[in-house]
Amino acid sequence: MNEATLFALCAVLLVGAGLYGLIVNPHPLRKILAFNVVGSGVFLLLGAIARRGAGAGFGGDPVPQALLITGIVVAFSATALAVALLLRLHDAAGSVTLASEVPPKVEPDAGSR
Amino acid sequence: MTTTPGGLLLAMAVLVPFVGVLAGLVLGGRNPQRVALLTLVLGLGIAAAIADAYLRSGEAVVYLLGGWEPPLGVALRADGLSVVMLLAVAVVIGGIGVYACADFGTPPGEPEARRPFTFWLLLLAVWGSINLVFVSGDLFTLYVALELLTFAGVPLVCLDGRGETLRAALRYLLFALLGSVLYLLGAVLLYGTYGTLDIPLLAERVRPEPAAWAAAALMTTGLLAKTALFPLHLWLPPAHAGAPAAASAVLSALVVKGSWFLVIRLWFDVMPGVVTFPSAQLLGALGAAAILIFSVVALRQERLKLLIAYSTLAQIGYLFLMFPLAFDPAAGLLDDGSALAGGMLQAISHATAKAAMFMAAGSIYAALGHDRIAGLAGIARAMPISVLAFALGGVALMGILPSGAYLAKKLLLEAAAGSGQWWWEVVLQAGGVLTGSYVVLVLAYALRRAGAPVELKKSVSRIAQAAALALAVCSLLLAGAALGPLPRTLLKNPLALAELAPVLLTVLGGGALAVGFGFRPPRLPVGDAASAIGGPVRRATLAVGGAFERADGVLRRWPVASIALLLVAALFGWTLVAGR
Repeated sequence: MNEATLFALCAVLLVGAGLYGLIVNPHPLRKILAFNVVGSGVFLLLGAIARRGAGAGFGGDPVPQALLITGIVVAFSATALAVALLLRLHDAAGSVTLASEVPPKVEPDAGSR
Repeated sequence: MTTTPGGLLLAMAVLVPFVGVLAGLVLGGRNPQRVALLTLVLGLGIAAAIADAYLRSGEAVVYLLGGWEPPLGVALRADGLSVVMLLAVAVVIGGIGVYACADFGTPPGEPEARRPFTFWLLLLAVWGSINLVFVSGDLFTLYVALELLTFAGVPLVCLDGRGETLRAALRYLLFALLGSVLYLLGAVLLYGTYGTLDIPLLAERVRPEPAAWAAAALMTTGLLAKTALFPLHLWLPPAHAGAPAAASAVLSALVVKGSWFLVIRLWFDVMPGVVTFPSAQLLGALGAAAILIFSVVALRQERLKLLIAYSTLAQIGYLFLMFPLAFDPAAGLLDDGSALAGGMLQAISHATAKAAMFMAAGSIYAALGHDRIAGLAGIARAMPISVLAFALGGVALMGILPSGAYLAKKLLLEAAAGSGQWWWEVVLQAGGVLTGSYVVLVLAYALRRAGAPVELKKSVSRIAQAAALALAVCSLLLAGAALGPLPRTLLKNPLALAELAPVLLTVLGGGALAVGFGFRPPRLPVGDAASAIGGPVRRATLAVGGAFERADGVLRRWPVASIALLLVAALFGWTLVAGR
């Protein structure tokens, strides 16, 4: 087993663990963290691919590394937005559960405006 | 490959809205609205110029970023599909912008507020991102575009900052992130196998093999989660029903089309030879289930905005029917014939009609102070323009003459008959009747005479109502496509029996379903027919409706939805492997 395969297997573990966390953890903050674990797994896979695809004497294929950096920036922005929403939700509702599964019921005057 | 004439316009279509966002952010105060309105006009011009460049050359407009060719560089590309969507989105955004001036305007003398400021910036951000989705030429740029679209769409849900809308926004964001990470995983697998993400290059290299199957299954499922196709819809109803009307119109008419468009790119352009007959059938079957279940659930809603949100879910199902119809079993691949044209036309009809319906519902909500369907009596006399806009939007969705959806349905039926898949003809016709049912239900209430004249709590701007009506009329005028790009034979004499019969069937069948499945069925003019039919039939329909509603409730729980997501991915993988 070469190192690229080892890293790819670690990536698979991270994606699996993250998906598990996203499904079973009811708390939104833990879901956000789990999303980041899945993301790390994908980025690690991209790194392994960059390493494997190295040719022409380079240490690695530069395109996946560029993608990786962009991906990390996107995941960071997503996390920031999610945490900001979470904080606002905590301020507004006093709790951060996602459990209200039913759509809002009819309220005569409070409303969507 | 080089940059074609007009290529720079593609970069402008993306950059101009984002420059608008930054300018609005810096100028602040009441300026974002002015910047947005200016950008709306500019952007419409750019979309028209791109269409002109495309029609002149007859080939895709291409722009190479920095002059670097793929696979190292990134290309922007606009083919026929992109051009059509760019134009449609520019028109719809324009209509929504005019409408939103009433809700999100800051009249002189009033203090500047954060809500309008945010709305106008987000409107431009949604526009720039969705334009990027249409013109991107490689799968990673598409990923970034899709994420931008989500980041711009999520805050639109919670503009008013109430707890329940914040919760809806957070659910939307988290589920969308789950979808996009699956998409990214698929894209990474494709890069690892084929060494490029550029769509035309990838299309040459892709072979039916395990990596491509895994990538197709993961990417399709991720995109379906973002499009909210059954059973991955947990986030949509609260998000779309809770947002302000103009924001709901943006989300329902445009944002869900972004990820849907990407499914088309993936299936038709990247891997037409990898997808199989069973996988296309699976995609169509999910769409058919969405139409049936969500139309019935829509009938049981008490609030107009929730009804329209469920109608969006049903219509999303309709948009996926073209995939099995486009499959050519003889060649074993997807071919872009009349089914694709029908699907695109359906999407544009839905974008215009659904924006009009949400805007009309928003005007009615503002005027009445509520949007309970049972309390709509007399509204047709008080607000004729809005009710007309809603009715025309409804007619456009039903697919009866004359509307764009009518042509779309014809094209899809033609494709179904051509490929011998009669079961999709049944679904298409039933879908029209089911759509008819909730439109008839709402109109039956809205057209009823009230005991006393309706008291409007607030007068609603006529311009806003007219904007909704204009978009609804656009949806009808799409039937004019038959005079241009589509064959003229699609348009028949509307009064011929063969054309009139389906129209009558759609309206009457819809009425019958509304009476049967409606939560509180509308009272018919001929006595109390509902209770006359009554008895066992009514009990049975109530039981079926209740069962669908409970199923919907279960599927909207987070663990169920995310396990459904994995199941759908597994099913796609299986149909791709075993189906050849």
